[in-house]
Parts: sequence; structure tokens; C-alpha cells
Amino acid sequence: MQRLECLRAIYDRLSDCLVVTIMGAVAAELHSLGHRPNFFYLQHAMGLASSTGLGLALCLPKQRVLVFDGDGSVLMNLGTFSTLARYRPPNLVHIIFDNESLLSVGGFPTATATGTDLEGVARASGIRNSRTVRAVEDFGSAFTAAMAGQELACIVAKVEAVGPKAYVNELAMIENRFEFRRHIQSQTKR
Amino acid sequence: MPVSVTNSRVIYEALRQAGVRLMSALPETWLVHLIRQADDDPEMMLVRLAKEEEGVGISAGAYFAGVKSAMLMQNHGFLASINGIVSFAHLYKIPLLMLISFRGSFGEPDPWQTQGGNITEPLLRALGIPFCYLDSAAAIGKRIADAQTLAHSSLQPVALLLTRDLMWEE
Repeated sequence: MQRLECLRAIYDRLSDCLVVTIMGAVAAELHSLGHRPNFFYLQHAMGLASSTGLGLALCLPKQRVLVFDGDGSVLMNLGTFSTLARYRPPNLVHIIFDNESLLSVGGFPTATATGTDLEGVARASGIRNSRTVRAVEDFGSAFTAAMAGQELACIVAKVEAVGPKAYVNELAMIENRFEFRRHIQSQTKR
Repeated sequence: MPVSVTNSRVIYEALRQAGVRLMSALPETWLVHLIRQADDDPEMMLVRLAKEEEGVGISAGAYFAGVKSAMLMQNHGFLASINGIVSFAHLYKIPLLMLISFRGSFGEPDPWQTQGGNITEPLLRALGIPFCYLDSAAAIGKRIADAQTLAHSSLQPVALLLTRDLMWEE
């Protein structure tokens, strides 16, 4: 299963959500499918995409918030699982693309390559609604269930360690940040 | 406990007056009354953290959502947050209101706090983070309001150092 296939499978269902991604391949691939003002690409600060999603979800309980995380990033902030579990915002879906690799810096294996089970960590941290998927159809159905549910969800998608040719997109980070906030403000004023 | 209940209340009220609706915190001795007040206040979202750096992401999310927030931490929590401050708040111009208990300075009896006390101000300067002291009850309201005004006009993190003179009553 490839991350890009997963993103493509759900892309059409992202328009009404607030989406926060990590840096690197996830950001580049989502952007390659077509940027939208409700997408925020956190191009550094590894580990904090899920914390950002938590802040958004707590402050905007009527909005669906999606976080596209990765194994390398989430391993830098495993405490996030316990904080997410503590507040369990029902409008937050935490998707972790686990390619067992720090792909953008040369493919060095992460600890998920040597046995760390992120679904297990999430579950043991208190996120009951956690699952691992290995096929695109299963990813799609897990996503559908998470979006339909009213419970904090964690989906660990085991994907191949392949990514785009380049990690830079033409959207300036600052522009993305202002656009994202403006999008939210225009939504909440309505 | 000799942590000042009175001054903690004044700080909390000033944060409420400044429109703060979300606080992230990791408990430390000087912050206990502030955290309890946040916990008892139905109008306040209190997010208890595993590590202070999470608070940078949470405050950024709150800012995107249009909600004013504050981060309560010890100076060692500030040390633990620096990557997030630089690679998120500075990089993306996110305002943060950081209330940092300034442990390890004059009068500090705990040896383990003293190294952190030595380097707090030099690090704030090195990072280019504007900071000011909360050292007298009379100045609290204005300082907190001013810190928040600057954070939001300059779109950057601003720190207030909570001093022993203010927080501790012997």
C-alpha cells in the first residue's frame, strides 16, 4: 500500500475538514493532489502536528479535524497519545502513515521497523478506537468509520517507504499559515 | 503551602481579563494554584501536558481557531519547548503567551533548579523572545495585557517570568 493511494482514496472527503499534515512526503503528496485552503502543512516541528490538531479540535468542537502524521514524527512525541487520550476530542481523527522509515533523509529505519507497534502504543495510552490497516480498501473503510463515529480515532496505515521526487512545494509556508487561519475564521463567522 | 494564593488569583484574573480561554500546563510547585483555578473554571479549557513542547502545537491550533491561549510552565519546560518554539512559532509567526516560573534564581533553595535559573534569560535573549518579569502584584494586570498585545501584534512568542518575590510567601 502506498501513502499516495491512501490520500487519493479519501481526497474528495477532505473538503469539509481541517487538515494538518507533517512535513516531507505527506505534505508533498497531499499538495500534489491539489491544495485547498483547509490544509495546513507543518513543515517542521516534528511531533507537533497531533498537538496542533488537538488544539483545533478542542477549540472548534463542531469542526472535523484530521491529522496526517508519520511514524518518525509521532515517535518524537509519544506523549501526544496520552494527552489526546486524556481529552479524547470526538471530532479528531489521527492518521499515521507508518513506512517504518525516515524516508526524506535517506530511508533510515525507525523503531517501528524493529517492533514498536504504534496502534499498541495508542491503545495502551487510552485511545480505544485505534486500528492498523495494510490495504487501501481497509484504509478507506477505516476512514469512513472514523468520520462517521463520534469518538477520537487513530488509524495506523502501514505504507511502503516510497515518496515523491521532491519535498518542496511552491506554496510558501507563511502564505499557507495565513490562508489556513483566514479559512477557519471565515467558516466560524458564518 | 507558601505559594501565594493571592497573587496566583491576581494572575489568573488578569489572564481571564485578557480573554484567555485555553491554558496548557504541566504542574510545578509555583503553578499549582493557577492550575487549580483553571481546572475549577468551566469557561477555561485546561490541557494538561505530558511535555511542555506539546503546548506550542496546542496554542497554535487554538490561535488558528481564533481562541486566545496561555502556556504555563517552569523554565525547564521552556527548555523542553525550544524546538517547537523555533520550528513552529517562529517559523510560522504564531503568537504565544508564555508564563514561565523563574526557578533557580536568587533565593532558590533547591540545588537542582539552579542551572536552569542561570540560563533562562540568556536563552530568551538568544532566541529573540521579548520577555518581562512579573514581580509585583500591582503590575500583573498591565504586564499580562501588554505581553498579549505584543504577542499578537508581532505574531511571535512573548514570555513573562514569574518571580520568587511574586509567587512565594515565606
